[in-house]
Amino acid sequence: MVEPFVITTEPLDPAPLVAVVQTPDDGAVVTFSGVVRNHFGGRPTAFLVYEAYTEMAVPVLRQIADEARERWPIGKVCVHHRVGRLEIGETAVLVVVAAPHRDAAFAAAAYIMDRIKEIAPIWKQEHWADGAAEWRE
Amino acid sequence: MITVTVRFFAGHRDIVGKATAQYTLAEGATVGQLWEQLVVEYPRLAGYTGRLLFAVNQQFGQPTTVLVDGDEVAFIPPVSGG
Repeated sequence: MVEPFVITTEPLDPAPLVAVVQTPDDGAVVTFSGVVRNHFGGRPTAFLVYEAYTEMAVPVLRQIADEARERWPIGKVCVHHRVGRLEIGETAVLVVVAAPHRDAAFAAAAYIMDRIKEIAPIWKQEHWADGAAEWRE
Repeated sequence: MITVTVRFFAGHRDIVGKATAQYTLAEGATVGQLWEQLVVEYPRLAGYTGRLLFAVNQQFGQPTTVLVDGDEVAFIPPVSGG
């Protein structure tokens, strides 16, 4: 059983999310993976630590998906966000959107990511390669 | 008097030094008044005034939101998920 909106310390895998959103009505499934990169603003990053206000973040993710559904004709949506320490190349967030047609699926996935970055109570702490650490805010 | 629980996250928790705290407030106290009280107690929080989000019982609120006994209040520093 794949829950649609999840905050987890476990590694993320898109395959079960794609399987759960896709229905025979859908001609498009868009998967966005947000991945930890090794630099920010030209400064080398060693790893990231994510934290969430989980009891609030889960309903906020659901609200954001509902906002997307009001704007575009889409089907099922899954959003999973990881917390804890993430190494370079690991997946921090998955947004998976099914829709009858690709335009709506692409647009809704982009909208959902933008809104996550605006309002979801989730924070990222950059651990720089030189040993310093700071919350991105 | 009312008692509320305050949750601190990320940069706020680093400043305050704890993840949760209980505050006893006057009846009718608002989220904004509680924030002002926290800024007095922890002056380094002042830099967040005007660029934070408020939540009461896991729902977004406003500085004018009136608190009641037992509420869980969260002051949400600028988010950076994704």
